[in-house]
Amino acid sequence: MSHLQLSEVSKSVGADVHLHPMSFALQPHAVTVLLGATQAGKTSVLRLMAGLDVPSSGDVIVDGLNVTGVPVRKRHVAMVYQQFINYPSLTVFDNIASPLKLRQETHIEEKVQDLAKRLHIDPFLKRFPSELSGGQQQRVALARALAKNAPLIFLDEPLVNLDYKLREELREELAQLFAMGQSTVVYATTDPGEALLLGGYTAVLKEGRLLQYGPTLEVFRRPASLDVALAFSDPPLNVVSAQSKDGNWQLNHGPFVALPQLKAMHSQVTLAIRPASLRVEEKSGDMVISGQVQLAEISGTDTFVHFHCALGEWVMQKTGVHFFELGARLTFYFDPSESYVFSTDGALLSAPFSQAGWGA
Amino acid sequence: MAARIDLNLAHAYHANPKLDSDYALLPLKMSFRAGGAYALLGPSGCGKTTMLNIMSGLVRPSQGHVLFDGVDVTDKSPQARNIAQVFQFPVIYDTMTVAENLAFPLRNRRMPETDIRKRVGQIAEMLELNGQLNQRASGLTADAKQKISLGRGLVRPDVSAILFDEPLTVIDPHLKWQLRRKLKQVHQELKLTLIYVTHDQVEALTFAEEVVVMTRGKAVQIGSAEDLFEKPAHTFVGHFIGSPGMNFLAGALDDQSLLVGERRIGLNDQQAQSLQGLANIKLGIRPEYVHVEAQASFNSIPAQVERLQDLGTSMLMTMRCAGHVLRARLPLTAQHFTVGSSVHVSLLGKHTCFYHNEELVV
Repeated sequence: MSHLQLSEVSKSVGADVHLHPMSFALQPHAVTVLLGATQAGKTSVLRLMAGLDVPSSGDVIVDGLNVTGVPVRKRHVAMVYQQFINYPSLTVFDNIASPLKLRQETHIEEKVQDLAKRLHIDPFLKRFPSELSGGQQQRVALARALAKNAPLIFLDEPLVNLDYKLREELREELAQLFAMGQSTVVYATTDPGEALLLGGYTAVLKEGRLLQYGPTLEVFRRPASLDVALAFSDPPLNVVSAQSKDGNWQLNHGPFVALPQLKAMHSQVTLAIRPASLRVEEKSGDMVISGQVQLAEISGTDTFVHFHCALGEWVMQKTGVHFFELGARLTFYFDPSESYVFSTDGALLSAPFSQAGWGA
Repeated sequence: MAARIDLNLAHAYHANPKLDSDYALLPLKMSFRAGGAYALLGPSGCGKTTMLNIMSGLVRPSQGHVLFDGVDVTDKSPQARNIAQVFQFPVIYDTMTVAENLAFPLRNRRMPETDIRKRVGQIAEMLELNGQLNQRASGLTADAKQKISLGRGLVRPDVSAILFDEPLTVIDPHLKWQLRRKLKQVHQELKLTLIYVTHDQVEALTFAEEVVVMTRGKAVQIGSAEDLFEKPAHTFVGHFIGSPGMNFLAGALDDQSLLVGERRIGLNDQQAQSLQGLANIKLGIRPEYVHVEAQASFNSIPAQVERLQDLGTSMLMTMRCAGHVLRARLPLTAQHFTVGSSVHVSLLGKHTCFYHNEELVV
């Protein structure tokens, strides 16, 4: 009951196409992150998978059986939403116990205690959901979903309405629960960082299309297209076009750069450089860019320096807290071999070769 | 003109507070300098909004006083305090044009029309609203409407302070940094006293010259982003700022060293002296500053690798070390370490902090 496959599934509502035909099989007993901006189609995919909606065409196959059109209550699935949904008139204990009672299970007391402990809500079992904080209410909803012991669990941006510190804590706990591999989990998020923290597999969606599906790090390191790379980068990638001239590449009609990693013949390509690849310290062989600081955003762990330069509006990511004056003129550096190169139609031509040995 | 604000007060929403938990704001004494940019940062329920509402005059503190430039304004209304406020959601007149909306607070104060036009033009340019000045507000996006709200807050040159309550909540994530930049520029140009409430650390650390970190009705540190990162005054700040936050290892002083579990870490003279006679000590070190090596070195202690997460541009290593969970943020080259293996960590460096009863000692 944990193999789920979409076969040429699409969804339209009236004249609006919500999902273009897509096919993929979820990696069983692992987490699949559905990554994409708002309106990319994440919720539509989740609802089709769970049986909350019926596809306009194509089939949903679970463990080899076509379940297209079988309603959600006849499927063994669990779902967690953005909003904290609990039974307001039931105590926390009864909320968690409800799926167990429905199935007339034994040892309910023990099972509820165990789940509550794992999600750190065991002190609140006698309270009502309204007496809990947002984070605790979402924990109750998660505990109830887990109590179903469903082979398929769907989570639609479950942490988006929580404070970031709570989000960090709960994400960590969820990652550990999912890592036990009892269920096949699908987790929708707009946050690329969240996908990396959860690991597993990632499906990148954009405007109702599935762009790429694979192991999360592989998708991150070898994005099939510029669209995937853009969707999987926060802060945004630094992107610049390059023209071939006498064996070198001219960036945006400005400086030249050598790209020996590029084997195929192209007259024009697009370069994308991760903000973390930019530095204010120089190394030999670096590309040099002078820029003017627009803003240094400080996340508490990293500083994101937005700057204006001849190549466009760029961002550098630097670990730690650093002060950069607004309007300051600075020199930035990057190693051209750390760029992703895309053809003019957006297909990946080469990905950076890192010291640890990934990539092209 | 921009005012200095002094608070010497406490607030409880119910009568006769006795326990600390009865207070929304525990007794505090705090000053906000004229022309400074401040953020009040903390999780929900920490008291930051109460503090903002006390400054604006929406809430009267149950004890103590609020001074603007030395004048007691505790009993004065928000209007009488001459402050501007920007809320989470746009507060504008839909039937007016953008220019009329921006001019409204100035017309109310009977500023001469020529001065109004000049000021509205200046603010519109700063916020990049000058292309839309004659458009009706009703047709605009939520982002643009909130920009008008910001503009209305910033337009009066004579306010004592501008108070912001999570003003970027409705702004699309990819536009947020641009508005943060605008706010920072505006502050540099206009030198107004700005006070900004948020639960988002990026917002607070990016915007403010000084951040007030709050928890459970108490301001535990006031400092620059760098202070909060490098020298958290309280373990809560170490935990709250940074993702993941600071590591803490509980230990006891023994002669010139700190005993953590069964492990011994040698301290320098200054550290040992400062910690002399104190019980309940915690060593604090950020994941960014933990050194991990395969071989033992001077003053290193052993740890077991429990988890290794590749985060794309860095690695996050979770270890068990002397009975504690210890996290390290490492370059991608740390890939060669394996889960289950033994490593050696060095925890002592210029970034290491020591705490007693959760407060920074050295």
